[in-house]
Amino acid sequence: MQSAEILSPESQNSHSSQNVNSRERWLSVVIGSAVAAYGLSRRSIAGITAAGIGAGLVWRGASGYCAVYDALGLTSVPESNHDTSNVSVPYGRGVRVEQTVTIGLPPEEIYTFFRNFENLPRFMSHLQSVTVLDAKRSHWVTKGPAGSDAEWDAEIINEIPNELIGWRSIDDSQVDNAGSVHFKQNPAGRGTDVKVILRYDPPGGVLGAMTAKLFGEDPAHQVKEDLRALKMLLETGEIASTKGQPNGLPHRAKLRERLAEVVR
Amino acid sequence: MKAVCWFGKTDVRVENVPDPTIINPHDAIVRVTLTAICGSDLHLYDGYIPTMMKGDILGHEFMGEIVEVGAEVKNLKVGDRVIVPFPICCGRCWFCKNDQWSLCDNTNPNAWMVEAMYGFGGAALYGYSHMYGGYAGGQAEYVRVPFADINPVKIPDGLPDEKVLFLTDIFPTGYFAAENCDIKPGDVVAVWGCGPVGLFAMKSAWMLGASRVIAIDRVPERMRLAREACNAEVVDFEEVDDVYDVLKEMTGGRGPDCCIDAVGMEAHGHTADALYDRVKQVMRIEFDRAHALRQALHCCRKGGTVSIPGVYGGFIDKIPFGAAFGKGLTLKMGQAHVQKYVRALLARIERDEIDPSFLITHRVRLDDAPAMYRTFRDKEDDCIKVVMRP
Repeated sequence: MQSAEILSPESQNSHSSQNVNSRERWLSVVIGSAVAAYGLSRRSIAGITAAGIGAGLVWRGASGYCAVYDALGLTSVPESNHDTSNVSVPYGRGVRVEQTVTIGLPPEEIYTFFRNFENLPRFMSHLQSVTVLDAKRSHWVTKGPAGSDAEWDAEIINEIPNELIGWRSIDDSQVDNAGSVHFKQNPAGRGTDVKVILRYDPPGGVLGAMTAKLFGEDPAHQVKEDLRALKMLLETGEIASTKGQPNGLPHRAKLRERLAEVVR
Repeated sequence: MKAVCWFGKTDVRVENVPDPTIINPHDAIVRVTLTAICGSDLHLYDGYIPTMMKGDILGHEFMGEIVEVGAEVKNLKVGDRVIVPFPICCGRCWFCKNDQWSLCDNTNPNAWMVEAMYGFGGAALYGYSHMYGGYAGGQAEYVRVPFADINPVKIPDGLPDEKVLFLTDIFPTGYFAAENCDIKPGDVVAVWGCGPVGLFAMKSAWMLGASRVIAIDRVPERMRLAREACNAEVVDFEEVDDVYDVLKEMTGGRGPDCCIDAVGMEAHGHTADALYDRVKQVMRIEFDRAHALRQALHCCRKGGTVSIPGVYGGFIDKIPFGAAFGKGLTLKMGQAHVQKYVRALLARIERDEIDPSFLITHRVRLDDAPAMYRTFRDKEDDCIKVVMRP
């Protein structure tokens, strides 16, 4: 099972002329300027078109109004009249990811491993570290794409031993998020289904999430690969890898590869 | 170290590359003493397998001596002589535990690539494209072997390399193909392709109780081996009007009980469908030429089994599925579960029941690999099997 969707709000504030939040407006201006500059430098029909799109993005950022969002009934502006004080990602906002993997161990063993959140960076490639603060709270640090690191405190909000763990970010999180993991034993030695549901408010808003997807940072894919790594680690004690093995690439191509890694 | 690297279609080179190192705790490093070019390597050579990258080290049939073991490898020590099965398996997942080794869940770091193409992915392979894991292969002086506590099989000192090397792939693959036929007393087994896998399938069919073995090919040297070394009745498909008519006549009008397609995606033929495949493959509309498979499906008797050890990679057209359905055929296929068979087959070699070295035609150095790929692909110089010493 896999899904990653961008949620649209149940209802929207039609009186407001602004439907783009501040972080996304800023992103819109930066990307728009870059696209416009690139388009103008091309001196072709395609270039002029690109410049026009860029200008549109700049205006979208400056005004805070997006006609496309309006047409689709989307908004990335939080609804101020909703009380969101005890919710990390308000209903209808952000990105939702759901992925499942089967692991050939009893639920107790997987639960115990997962419940110690300090184990998470061992198989979640975007997590740098998790520090357990007390029985409920922990501090998470991620390594995002292009150096966009983020950190937050999380608390466990729901827990049934060997069945589920639910958590959410608290206070001034850089990335508002909430998640849960569910363990269900299959009959006849077919292992345990481990399901992860994640919701988060991506930096750069809905547009940011779409852009990230275009450049291969698809959250559904990421969670799926992390769960695959968890399965490998728990079933075999290691995660399959070929990193650092030899190949016959010419020296120049190797340099290019290393350069790409540095840029990333 | 020296290694045979892929640089593009029909472009393989011997390059100097860094030595492999231990990456994971269940790894070992093997110093290669003998390696071979497999028929399936020719699909890479001809550019039919996607996700190859320039510089990839080729080769999945190799054996040698353990020179280093990771922290978690307790059952092997430096100096042990081993053969290494071509599928890389963890030995711990549901598939490995159920003897479906080549479908292992846990060894392919690029499983998502195969999943995108096939829905689900199996074991990683040595030197066989990035969608199969991108592991450096064994046509080299040294190889990193993952899950060395599970995969390599120790070889007793008395047995020479040439007798045991083919336990890595083609002997178990041929045996797997014959076992998939579920051969019953009196069964006639027809094998398309007298290449190494086909020849081992014929030998295995006899071991498993076949009453007759029929081989279909066109290359004189290969047909000679099928006849003389594998005791098969041989049909030269270029000399007969219709293979179907001939097989039907040979089997009292019933058709062969078991049909084995040991040809795969680069079949040759002189009928309309073979030409159609050739054109589509050249135009990259179709990956695979499935002439042998179509013929096997058409010729097989009612209720018979078609076993497919030949490799297919993508989509194939004009498969007579109505024939398969109408005759209630059983289809069995896939990469061989080498680890399931390898010890029993080694015991047969030790008991002198079979000497797999009978099909070696070329013994060369690793440096000769580029020329030998061409010779093997073009079936020149009566080439059937190439072994290389680093």
